[in-house]
Amino acid sequence: MTVTARAMGEVIDRIDGPDKVRGVARYAFEQPLDHPAYLYPVQSTIARGRIIGIDCRSASSTPGVLMVLNQYNAPRTNIPAGQGELNILQSDRVAFRNQFVAGVIAETSEIARHAASLVRLEYQEEPHDVELHGDRDDFWVPSAASAQFPMELDKGDVDAVLTSAPVRLDRVYTTARQYHNPLEPHTTAALWSEDGLTLYVSTQGVSGIRDVVTALFGLDPGRVRVVSSNVGGAFGSKVHANPDVVLTLLAARMVPNRPVKFALTRQQMFSQAGYRPPTVQRLQIGAERDGRIMAFSHSSTSATSKLVEYAEHCTRPTATIYAAPNLRTRQLVTSLDVPTPCIMRAPGDCPGMFAIECAMDELAVECGIDPIELRIRNEPEIHPASGLPFSSRNLIGCLQEGAQRFDWEHRDPKPRARNELGWLVGTGVAASTYHALQQSGSMATIRADPDGRYTVLIAAADMGTGTWTALTQVAADALGVPVGSVDLRIGDTAYPNASSAGGSSGIASWGAVICEAAGQLRDRLGRGGSIPRQGLEVTARMPENRYASQYALHSFGAQFAEVRVNAETGEVRVPRLLGVFAAGRIVNPKTARSQLLGGMTMGLSMALHEEGVLDPRFGHVVNQDLATYHVSSNADVGDVEVHCLDEDDPYVNPMGTKGVGELGIVGTAAAIANAVYHATGVRIRDLPITLDKLVAW
Amino acid sequence: MRPFRYERTDDVAGAVALLSREPQGAFLGGGTNLVDLMRLDVARPDVLVDVRRLTSDRIEELPDGGVRIGAAVPNSDLAADPLIRTRYPLLSAALLSGASGQLRNLATTGGNLLQRTRCVYFQNVTTGCNKRQPGSGCSAIDGYHRELGILGISPACVATHPSDMAVAMVALEAVVHTLGPNGERSIPVAELHRLPGQDPEHDTVLEHGELITAIDLPPLPDGVRARYRKVRDRASYAFALVSVAAILDVADGMVRDVRIALGGVAHKPWRARIAEDALRGGPVSEERFRQAAEAELAEADPLPGNAFKVPLARNTIVRTLLDLAGPDLGGMAPPPASPDAPDPSGPDPNAAERGLDPNAPPAAAAGAAPPQDRTQPRHAAPPEEAEQPQEATRPQEATPPQDRAQPRHAAQPQDPGAAQPPNNPGAQPQGGPAIDPAIMDPEMESGPEPSGPPA
Repeated sequence: MTVTARAMGEVIDRIDGPDKVRGVARYAFEQPLDHPAYLYPVQSTIARGRIIGIDCRSASSTPGVLMVLNQYNAPRTNIPAGQGELNILQSDRVAFRNQFVAGVIAETSEIARHAASLVRLEYQEEPHDVELHGDRDDFWVPSAASAQFPMELDKGDVDAVLTSAPVRLDRVYTTARQYHNPLEPHTTAALWSEDGLTLYVSTQGVSGIRDVVTALFGLDPGRVRVVSSNVGGAFGSKVHANPDVVLTLLAARMVPNRPVKFALTRQQMFSQAGYRPPTVQRLQIGAERDGRIMAFSHSSTSATSKLVEYAEHCTRPTATIYAAPNLRTRQLVTSLDVPTPCIMRAPGDCPGMFAIECAMDELAVECGIDPIELRIRNEPEIHPASGLPFSSRNLIGCLQEGAQRFDWEHRDPKPRARNELGWLVGTGVAASTYHALQQSGSMATIRADPDGRYTVLIAAADMGTGTWTALTQVAADALGVPVGSVDLRIGDTAYPNASSAGGSSGIASWGAVICEAAGQLRDRLGRGGSIPRQGLEVTARMPENRYASQYALHSFGAQFAEVRVNAETGEVRVPRLLGVFAAGRIVNPKTARSQLLGGMTMGLSMALHEEGVLDPRFGHVVNQDLATYHVSSNADVGDVEVHCLDEDDPYVNPMGTKGVGELGIVGTAAAIANAVYHATGVRIRDLPITLDKLVAW
Repeated sequence: MRPFRYERTDDVAGAVALLSREPQGAFLGGGTNLVDLMRLDVARPDVLVDVRRLTSDRIEELPDGGVRIGAAVPNSDLAADPLIRTRYPLLSAALLSGASGQLRNLATTGGNLLQRTRCVYFQNVTTGCNKRQPGSGCSAIDGYHRELGILGISPACVATHPSDMAVAMVALEAVVHTLGPNGERSIPVAELHRLPGQDPEHDTVLEHGELITAIDLPPLPDGVRARYRKVRDRASYAFALVSVAAILDVADGMVRDVRIALGGVAHKPWRARIAEDALRGGPVSEERFRQAAEAELAEADPLPGNAFKVPLARNTIVRTLLDLAGPDLGGMAPPPASPDAPDPSGPDPNAAERGLDPNAPPAAAAGAAPPQDRTQPRHAAPPEEAEQPQEATRPQEATPPQDRAQPRHAAQPQDPGAAQPPNNPGAQPQGGPAIDPAIMDPEMESGPEPSGPPA
């Protein structure tokens, strides 16, 4: 079924905007709960070892302290498979520095924090291992993500071609440890009473949180309610339950009938809320002199914690982006005594495409070919790995549209050719791609009332992306009614189960099930039928997309950057970014632009600033606040232009959408790095591109 | 945060007396640094004596043409003050390059001078730091020290002082007035902060209970040009990797006088006297600027992670002096091009910020707001990064500071016989081309310790 677009494609201001601007939109921590207690954690000061003693006397006797929670008195929990990081206060083991090892529950957050500083722990420390480098010998092929895409690809005879190709490239690129740092930190409020458990939490998916909580505590799902009405950003860090949720639940269990609130500090965000792990990637390309790729090899290594296997799957886009008769990918991971990394905006694809697209720029230079022309010459007709046709693919269209808008034609390819008042000027280009994902398992209920109003219920999440608005537009078109007739309710497990807001799958997944429910409702009402007096309610399950096995489903884009590098100090400025994207139907051009622009800005930040510095002696990231871990400030962001091509894709889902949450960050860093090379003649292969790498010595 | 008492007194003397009896107490100014450190358990005062309403929050002209800044003047007000923007645009530029608008609204002038290092180990109580906990060892020397010191460091500490304002004040030869348990005294800002030595727990020479009450800026000689150039990891809201406050006085191609202060390189704002001595009295040339910078930095003792600061400081010193010397020497032409607005003809990176200010100049000229532009209300955020070389305007007795109709060079010299505070060495106003020997002679700079209250 394909839905006719009426509201879809219209610019509609955010439905949730006025409440947020006025400050009346409630976030998890702000829920007005009766007489809440507050929690503050104690964090380990070793990176590996055992707790052999804990002295809570001073903390416990502090006025206002209700309880000091520790491994001895904490309720026992089950640990769901593959979620070892949620094993909080269940043993004496310390798996990383800053792990939660105790918690103080008190009348105020100030008392809790102060008392937490009085808890004394004694450790038996063991030598720790926290450094990732390419010549380790303990990498393995990750298994956890292998169900989603192959961890190893072998097509043709890569090695033979790499040794014989006329043009050969062999480069190593590295990306830094990056933190999501949403504006709203991770926050939880929990109330455990006879009626069950109520949890207010800042999350990308209430259903997933409920499932984890019921498994942890062996609860009946019917007795757990998870509410997350507004979320102040997440970027992947709130897609799963994190240790802070578990610690809050343990605390709430100890003070029944009393709500417990817990908000991570910014410093704690650097050990409890996931991060994008650093990657080391090797790209080998063999090509004809005209730039046509003969062999392409991409290997990527990253590190996970000792608790959970998470591999930053940088090689996923490799098989999608360019035609290569001989193709090889290798995805490897090792484990260290560090906090657990997790998905972060375009996981894998974002750092992976940094390496791929820098290598393509280097290949263009080697071959003396314009980098846009090089990409056009390597455009595949079918998906290079699966052999499936693309449902739609407009990479060339994006490159060409962008070239025209950016005035690429007049670019002098010679590096270090433009110096304006002491600033070296350069431009660069890179491709973007992301898979068009649809998650299974969602359900939706639509209730029609005789007054012509429709209530749509689904436990979806709006983490600040505009879901509320865009999903209302989808529902309106699916029902064939004006947007004003639709009342969308999300963010509550009281509504039907929904997949999480991850992998740019939100609109594609929730939209599809809403379309299904709307279709059933319209069938029940019949042609021209009126709504019965008692109303009519339909609940639908997520339909299967039969095209998913017949087509390769991906979005594409092209990013252009102009940079200025101070010839003396090495300071880098990016006055201009342009992104041209082909992502199927754009449901709301305003919120979609914000998503893509935000992604590009985060890509700029990744290119120039973001780097969590881990001190190997201690095992923790030392720059653990926003003064020392830099993200781009307003002054760093120049003119950012976003343009979307019209793209009609009948195969992805009934709306024809592909998702825009992550596409925007893919390729930005490469476009900037390539522009820095063009400006200076210096190729920086290690992010971030800080001025010490460019200063004139 | 540990529990603490909060105290207020009626006057400065009462606050000093109170804190003198509280060995673990601290003065509370704007709180933008101290309160953060208390949350982190780095600062553990058991009593806070609020001085925000005690010291002056006014900026006043002094009889000698200088300016007195009350210690409680917020950084925002100081940066936007017409007197400061006219006579000491260097100071305005330095202030506006620091922190954020919100922090500058809250931070006081006295407190800015006394902010602590942002070394990541100092700010984390689970790691050793000799400054925070004497004898616990310096974690930075063998750890993360990218932003830390290259000059005057010791095996005990490589911290840097984070203030931009203080760097400009050192170049301006400002003097702080204090009231302490032993009475009043005056200290040149250049001598306020210490080198770490073996006791880095002491940032400054102030005694416990000694409160900064005011800062005096001596008048600048006629015709000198000044500039603050800050180099950092992002375009705004970051501490300096290297900053340069430079004041240059050139006549007939010769350096009559020069003052250079460096930020981001040492435990204190670093007065580059070696470079100054190398330049003073000699011809103006890029080669000499470079030699002078290299002579100063020959003393540098960088660590592996901050060795880049040596060429960065050299390049920044040379470029700042070139820009001050003018386009003939390859300085930026046109001079008002702000280095933080990389594309003079392109989009202004701070446009959004400036867009909040209805009185801000148009974006294209915003980076180069001329001192004539005084239409902004005092509390409106002035454009950031207005750090183009500017000639300080001479004080004008008959002209209220709000009136900027007069050309900048038409200032009347003040009566050279006007009374001068005894604690302002090198602050004598100049009429005509004559040079104040106090400015020319570095010996007199560090000469007799000034004493006694200002006139």
